[in-house]
Amino acid sequence: MFNKIKSHGAMTASAFLGVALAMLLAVSSAAPVRAGGESPETPRRDWSFSGILGKYDRAQLRRGFQVYKEVCSSCHGLRLLHYRNLAEPGGPQLSEAEVKAIAAEVEVEDGPNDEGEMFTRPGKPSDRFKSPYKNPQEARAANNGALPPDLSVIAKARGATVHLPWYLEPVKWVREVAAGYQEGGADYLYALLTGYEDVPQWVQKPDGRWERLAKGESSDKAKECVSITRSASGKEKCVPLGDGMNYNIAFPGHQIAMPPPLSDELVEYTDGSPQTVAQYAEDVTAFLMWAAEPKLEQRKRLGIQVLVYLAILAALLYLTKRKLWSRLEH
Amino acid sequence: MAHESTYQPNTAIERWLDDRLPIVRIMHDQFQTFPTPRNLNYWWTFGGILTFCLAVQLITGIVLAMHYIPSDKLAFDSVEHIMRDVNWGWLLRYTHAVGASMFFFAAYVHMFRGLYYGSYKAPREILWILGVLIILVMIATAFMGYSLVWGQMSFWAVTVITNLFSSLDSIISGLGTAIVQWIWGGYSVSGATLTRLFSLHYLFPFVIAGLVVLHIWALHVPGNNNPTGIEVKSSSDAIPFHPYYTVKDAYALALFAMLFAWFVFYAPNYLGHPDNYIPANPLQTPPHIVPEWYFLPFYAILRAIPSKLMGVTAMFAAIFVLFLAPWLDTSKVRSTKYRPIYKWFFWLFVITCLALGYLGAKPPEGWYLVFARVFTFLYFAHFLIIMPIVGVIERPRGMPGSITEAVLGRGRTGGGAGAEAGGAAAAGPETR
Amino acid sequence: MASHTMTESEEPTRRDFLFIASGAFAAVGGAAALWPLIDQMNPDASSKALASLEVDLRPVREGQAITVMWRGKPVFIRNRTGEEIEAARAVDLNDLPDPIARNANLPEDAPATDENRARDKAHERWLVVIGICTHLGCIPKGQRVGDARGDYGGWFCPCHGSHYDTAGRIRKGPAPRNLDVPPYQFVSDTKIKIG
Repeated sequence: MFNKIKSHGAMTASAFLGVALAMLLAVSSAAPVRAGGESPETPRRDWSFSGILGKYDRAQLRRGFQVYKEVCSSCHGLRLLHYRNLAEPGGPQLSEAEVKAIAAEVEVEDGPNDEGEMFTRPGKPSDRFKSPYKNPQEARAANNGALPPDLSVIAKARGATVHLPWYLEPVKWVREVAAGYQEGGADYLYALLTGYEDVPQWVQKPDGRWERLAKGESSDKAKECVSITRSASGKEKCVPLGDGMNYNIAFPGHQIAMPPPLSDELVEYTDGSPQTVAQYAEDVTAFLMWAAEPKLEQRKRLGIQVLVYLAILAALLYLTKRKLWSRLEH
Repeated sequence: MAHESTYQPNTAIERWLDDRLPIVRIMHDQFQTFPTPRNLNYWWTFGGILTFCLAVQLITGIVLAMHYIPSDKLAFDSVEHIMRDVNWGWLLRYTHAVGASMFFFAAYVHMFRGLYYGSYKAPREILWILGVLIILVMIATAFMGYSLVWGQMSFWAVTVITNLFSSLDSIISGLGTAIVQWIWGGYSVSGATLTRLFSLHYLFPFVIAGLVVLHIWALHVPGNNNPTGIEVKSSSDAIPFHPYYTVKDAYALALFAMLFAWFVFYAPNYLGHPDNYIPANPLQTPPHIVPEWYFLPFYAILRAIPSKLMGVTAMFAAIFVLFLAPWLDTSKVRSTKYRPIYKWFFWLFVITCLALGYLGAKPPEGWYLVFARVFTFLYFAHFLIIMPIVGVIERPRGMPGSITEAVLGRGRTGGGAGAEAGGAAAAGPETR
Repeated sequence: MASHTMTESEEPTRRDFLFIASGAFAAVGGAAALWPLIDQMNPDASSKALASLEVDLRPVREGQAITVMWRGKPVFIRNRTGEEIEAARAVDLNDLPDPIARNANLPEDAPATDENRARDKAHERWLVVIGICTHLGCIPKGQRVGDARGDYGGWFCPCHGSHYDTAGRIRKGPAPRNLDVPPYQFVSDTKIKIG
């Protein structure tokens, strides 16, 4: 049964039903995968919150919240957050008044009142972020069967893809642990948000193999394939883009139900930051990292204190031990 | 090394207590003046480190249980509530999660140390068996603890592992299914499963604690093994546990705590899997089900064998074979230091375990599967073939006459001033 | 330890210093590590952020009382009659076991006059108190019609016999303090906001 799970999974499942369906069709007859089918390596980025001294950039978190609110929140919830979190230390640190105003923009269901009726009232800072849909069923119905995932911990629920020969993997582990690398999710989200591209063109050779056309090259026989799969008999098959799907280089399987959410000049920044897809993606990713890990600054600050304390303690104990054992001949 | 008691109750109250409950005497004799071989190296500090790990897991676990809600609807959110709202909740939860990994890391080092220095051999078989029991209960506890988060990995790990028992269907039709449904409390992994996992996850650590008490008891009857594998023969071979080893252990513990803290504060999710931050979804299996790193070697063995029943059997056998180690090893010599042939096989065994760990994280296909089978064979061969045969054919190296001789070098067995100092510091005359 | 001093008389000061220094340093760290374990039991961020509560007073007629839940506690809101107000005002402060107003909306040392127990002159009919006996936390009787209201016409705690008057002040029995007045204000003439 393990093998089964595995081979179905190699193309990766996702939170999007559409992809899952397309995948089932593609995978049921064919094993993965040739060039173009695998997820590409996720490029690493320098984040203000990486490393031992990492901290969130307040202005960036605020911009990121603005992007979330004006763009993402129409489909994606943040149900584990409360509006009050926006004012807490270590986050965007909006003022109490700003948070009250933001919370008051949504209508929250409350009750029952004295007549036993549910009623709506303006939101309060102690309320949870209101999700765009009442339940997953409504969310699917509104999105062609795809379920936009909640984003509360998305930055920790995704990881970066790395391709390395086996003998280099231990080196990678040591380096990542030593660097305190915890930004795989952020790297992935940024890659995803900036990863929308045209579907690659492929041409089938006389021997049945498919070859990818270089950018700019064209051919009248070219077909658009998100990936090429090979069946057990060795026959290659072009996987076309599914109906209502979008090509994304970073998304496992490359077919994502979410249309490109960002475009230049989409959100109006007031602090003069560039209004580009790249900047929006970086800002909203930072915001989502904070949403997933709101105590990051507290954690990293305490970490230094604890490590310094332990280093001194270890040094003292080492001296004590050496002094003590020097009484013994050895 | 049941040595004569050297406890002297000084006050009337101490005498009064000592006549009724000699607990102070036991602590004094077993943890203060207890004669300990003078040549224990830093690999021996992991016993103390493991005690620390157990204490950390117990304390943080009890505290987390004050906030965690074992319900399929609320478990995931309550963990996030701990991370976000509970005072220091993020610290407690990350310490507990990383603590499990640290616990296993220390336990594996402790086990390899025991294997290298022959600590499982007579008269320490019971000590070793208790240790294997501890690792068994630890495995069960850690597995159940991981399930409590009720993320995707939790849910599917429970599904897959509990389904192992359905392999019994191939022996008696329906038996496996009946057992699995009994474990689940339903026809699939559900809220009923979660609550029982929580209950047992709370219980088992106390079972571990009880086994640890027995483990230490069984240690204090024959006394510590040591890097030479030679028993303590004279008072100059041993030094009192306190302060020599309490301070040495404390120093090692402080270093270990730094590693622990590094993970808690700077890589708290590195040893976990991102998929466990996706709430459990019974309708969708994650693409790669990977257990926590400390289960990977066993997982590799499970998948290396094509038959379901045999795979499960092999996985459990991988642990049960450890119980037999004291009798499978035919060598008269304890310490691998003096075993020129076995030394090579020991390191091959270490590589085997690491390789199985690596392969457990890889898909069971192609070369991965081939190597998984090779290393699974090597794993069992180590115990069932190498240990019995090498012990017979090997000619051990020359060994020192005593621990003191090993420490101070030949020709000084009579003991200089230093040896006297050690002897004087020891609790009393040799009583073996 | 006595046996060591014989052989280790050299440099006892340095060794002792290291012993004490490491021991003390470890103890400080251990103590610091205890704090998260203790503090985690304090009210968490979500409890602290619990919302305020608005109550519509219109349905409460003169002489009646309602109980609402605020932060998990019952809050008594009584629409007092003229007689009850007068009775409360007639009390000499020196006769009160607890002469402090215990009103979260006033300074801590405000005297327990009836004026200081109600919110303001315009709304003197309304008495808002936390309905928890200051003795050992039972909920006093007196809210429902037909309840025993004790010797002073306010509330009566059946657990240990504490009598409260019509301003919610303790008059007789073991309770040490007047019923607490929670923070609240009138949003309009018929609506209050507690918290």
